[in-house]
Amino acid sequence: MSTQIPKQTEKAEETAETETEAPSKGDERRAEKRRRADERRRQREAEEAEKAAADENTVELRVFRYDPDVEGKQEPRFDTFHVPFEKGMTVLDALMYARDTYDSSLTFRHSCRQAVCGSDAMFVNGGQKLACKTQIGELEEPIRVEPLPHAEVTKDLVVDMEHFYDQMEAVEPYFQTNEYPEGELEEQRQTRENREKIKMSTRCIWCSACMSSCNIAAGDNEYLGPAAINKAYRFAMDEREGEDIKQKRLEIIEQEHGVWRCQTQFSCTEVCPKDIPLTEHIQELKREAVKNNLKFW
Amino acid sequence: MHEHDVVVVGAGGAGLRAAIAAQEEGADVAIVSKLHPVRSHTGAAEGGINAALRDADSWEDHAYDTMKGSDYLGDAPAVEALCKESPEEVIQLEHWGMPFSREEDGRVSQRPFGGLSFPRTTYAGAETGHQMLHTMYEQVVKRGITVYDEWHVMDLVVTDEDDPADRTCHGVVAYDIQRGEVDGFRATGGVILATGGMGQVFDHTTNAVANTGDGVAMAYRAGVPMEDMEFIQFHPTTLPSTGVLISEGVRGEGGILYNEKGERFMFEHGYANNDGELASRDVVSRAELTEVNEGRGIEDEYVHLDMRHLGEERILDRLENILHLAEDFEGADGLTEPMPVKPGQHYAMGGIETNEHGETVIEGLYAAGECACASVHGANRLGGNALPELIVFGKRAGHHAAGKEMGEAEIPTGRTGDWEPAEYEFEVDVGAVGDRGPAAADGGAVAADAEGLLEAEIERARERVEDLLSRKGRNHAEIRSAVQETMTANVNVFREEEGLKQSLEDLREAREAYTEVAVSDPSRTFNTDLIHTMETRNILDIAEALAMGALARREFRGAHWRKERQERDDENWLKHTLVSWNDGEPELWYKPAILEGEAKTYEPKVRSY
Repeated sequence: MSTQIPKQTEKAEETAETETEAPSKGDERRAEKRRRADERRRQREAEEAEKAAADENTVELRVFRYDPDVEGKQEPRFDTFHVPFEKGMTVLDALMYARDTYDSSLTFRHSCRQAVCGSDAMFVNGGQKLACKTQIGELEEPIRVEPLPHAEVTKDLVVDMEHFYDQMEAVEPYFQTNEYPEGELEEQRQTRENREKIKMSTRCIWCSACMSSCNIAAGDNEYLGPAAINKAYRFAMDEREGEDIKQKRLEIIEQEHGVWRCQTQFSCTEVCPKDIPLTEHIQELKREAVKNNLKFW
Repeated sequence: MHEHDVVVVGAGGAGLRAAIAAQEEGADVAIVSKLHPVRSHTGAAEGGINAALRDADSWEDHAYDTMKGSDYLGDAPAVEALCKESPEEVIQLEHWGMPFSREEDGRVSQRPFGGLSFPRTTYAGAETGHQMLHTMYEQVVKRGITVYDEWHVMDLVVTDEDDPADRTCHGVVAYDIQRGEVDGFRATGGVILATGGMGQVFDHTTNAVANTGDGVAMAYRAGVPMEDMEFIQFHPTTLPSTGVLISEGVRGEGGILYNEKGERFMFEHGYANNDGELASRDVVSRAELTEVNEGRGIEDEYVHLDMRHLGEERILDRLENILHLAEDFEGADGLTEPMPVKPGQHYAMGGIETNEHGETVIEGLYAAGECACASVHGANRLGGNALPELIVFGKRAGHHAAGKEMGEAEIPTGRTGDWEPAEYEFEVDVGAVGDRGPAAADGGAVAADAEGLLEAEIERARERVEDLLSRKGRNHAEIRSAVQETMTANVNVFREEEGLKQSLEDLREAREAYTEVAVSDPSRTFNTDLIHTMETRNILDIAEALAMGALARREFRGAHWRKERQERDDENWLKHTLVSWNDGEPELWYKPAILEGEAKTYEPKVRSY
C-alpha cells in the first residue's frame, strides 16, 4: 500500500496566507486558476516541442498493482505501460488505453469521465488527483499512478471507500427543518446571498481526495475529515434550516473527533478537484461553535 | 439470498425516487446498483427541470410543447402525467433542501430552454443533476433505505410461460463486484429497473462509461419489448474531443452558434427562423452537421458556441460549471473565446415499454427513467424534460410496486389492442447465435415456485461467471469498439438505407465474435474485466434492436432522419416501433401513438421553430 505523506507543507503555508488575507476569495481563486492555466499551457507547449524534437510519441506510466486473489499480484508491484500520446489525453484515457490494449485486469473505478461522479481519485505523481481531469501533458514522466494513500487497497487502484462513506453519513447529511411554508406548491425562500454562501460546499463529489491528503485523518481514524465537515457546513449555513437544528449540527461537529482536530494545513483545499475551500469552511464552523458556546455561557 | 418487498435496480434519479416512494408506501425496499449512488450519471445533468410553477404558465402548455417536441410520438397519458406532476416534485426537491438557483425574491429561478413556450426550466447553476442526485441520496440516507452498492445485476428472475404477458418477475440475480459472488434478490412486491442510458452503444457520447443499458437489455431478453429504440438524441453542444456535455443552458441564457465564416447559421441559413439557437435539439444538431458537411465547419469537424457577450458576472452566476468543463476537457476559456462544439449521442428516447405507472407487460416488473419508454419523449426529447421524468415516473413506479392503488392505466403494454406486425424483411440474421438453453425466456427458468426459480437462476448465473472466467478466448474490448464504430458511422444523425444495413451486418459479426469471448483476469476481487464483458452483451442486444427499428422506419420524424424519405409520414408512421426478443428470434411490430389527452387531442402539425 502506498502511504507517502504528501510533501505539501510549504506550499500549504503559502496558500494559507493568500487564502486568509485576500479580500475576495472567489476572484483570487479564479485569478490563480487563470495563472495556473497559462503556466500549464506554456509548460505543455514546451514539453510538446521537446517531445517532437525527440520524436517521442508515447508516455510511460508506472502503475501500482496488487490483487489479494491472484498469485503473483499478492506482493504489491509497479507495472510499466507505454501509451501513445494524443493531445488532450488524460490520466484516465491513458489507463483505459493500457487496460483495453495491454492488460484487461488493470483495475480502477471510473464512470462519467467529466469530474462529477468522483470515482477516479488517485495518487498521481505524488498528489491526489481526479484521473479524468488530469492532463498527461502536464505531468513529468514516468507518471506514477497509485491508489489513494491512507485507505485500504482493494485491488490495483481501487481502495475501500466504506470508511469515507461512514464518516460522510455520521454528520446527519440531510436537510432538516421544522417549518415548511403553507400552500402546496410553495417553496421555501432562500436569498441569493445565502445560496451563494453554501454553493461551493454543495459541489462535493465524494471523491475522498481531501480525506486521503489529510495528515490528521491519517493519524486519527475517527476524525470526521474535511468532506464530512464540509457536508455539515453545507447544512449548518443553509438559512432554510432553523436555529435549533443548527444548534444540533454544531454539537455534532464539535465532538472529540470533529472540527477541533483540524490543524489548518490546507492540504485538503489544495487537492480538492472542485476547488471547495474546505479549510475555510472548517475554520468558519470553529468560529460558529465558539460564538454559539459564548451565547450559552 | 436476500429478500425485500421492492428491489430497485440502479441508483440514479429515477431509482432513488422510486425507492423513496416505495418506502413512503410502507414497503421494505432495497437498491441494488453497480455504482455507489452518488456516482450515478444523473449527476452529470446540467441544464434543469421543466415545471409549470408560475401563474402565467400551465401544465397544458408544457404538455403541448412536449408533444410538439416529440414530433407527435409521445403518448398523451404519459406526457400529461409528467407535466401535471412535475411542479409538486420540484417543490418536493426544494423541501428536501436542493440548492436551486434563486430570484431576488428568494423563489426558485427558471430559464428559457429549447422548444419551450415559457421559461419554465428550474435549475441549480449548470449542475442541476448533481444537486438533484445528492439531495435524493441524502433522503435515502435519512430513511435508512438499504443500498447494495457495487453489485452488478446480471439478469431478471422471471417465470417461463410462452407469452411474456403471462410471466411474473420474482427478483434479480446479481454479482457482488467487491467479493466476486453471485447472489439472488427476491422481490415479493416488484422489481423496478432504473438503469439509465445506453450511450455506450455509440463512441461519441455524453454518457458515462457505466451507461451500457443493462436494464433495457435484461428486460428485453426476459420478454419485454423495447420501444422506439431508433430515436436517439444527439445533443448539439458536446466538446469534440471527449463528448463532454455543454449545457443547453448556455443557449438558454443567450449563447450563439457560429460557423467558420462567423455566420449565425441558425438564422442566416434558415434552419430555425424564429427560435434560432433555441430550436429543438434535433433541429440544431442537424443544422450543425449540415454546416460541417457543406464545408462551413471549423477544422471540418465542429462549430463555435459563443457566450462571451453574456458577461463574466452572468456566466459565473449561472454557468460557472461550463467554464470548468471547457477549460479542463477542451482547453478553451469560455470567458475569452468561443467554445468548439459538435453533436454527440446524449439520450435514448426509447427503452423498456411501460405504461404511465411504470408497469411492463411482465407482472411485478417496472421501469422508470431513461431506461423506460412510457412514452414521454416520443421521437425527440426537449431539454429539461429528462430530470422531471426521473422523479415523476420514479415516484409512480415506486408507489405502484409498493401496492398503492393508482387506477387502471390508459397506455396498453404488450400485444394488445391495435398492434400490427412489421412487414419488413431483414436480409441479415438477427438475434441469438447458437444454443439458447432450456428456458424460453432468457433469464427465465423452469421451477415450481419463486424460491426455486431464484435458486435455479443463481446457479445458472454462477455457471456463466465460472465459464467466462475459466475459458480462453477473445477480449470483449475489441467487440465493444466494433459495435460503437459501426453505430457511430451508420446509425448517427443522418441515416440511409445502405449504412443501416451495413450496421446490421457488422453487428452480426460482433455477435458471432462474442460467442468466443473470455475474461482474462481470473480474480474474484473487483473484476472489472468480467463486468465489462457482461455489459458488452447488453450493448450488442440494444444496438441490434436500435438498428432494426431505424432501418424499418422509412420516414423522418424527430431525431430519426432518413435520406430516402426526408419528411414526416403521419399516414403510415404515427406509431411506435417495438422489438420483442421473442426467445432469441427478434420480431418487429408496431402500435399506435396515443394522441388523445385528458381534455384535448394533440393534432399533428408541421413542426417549425
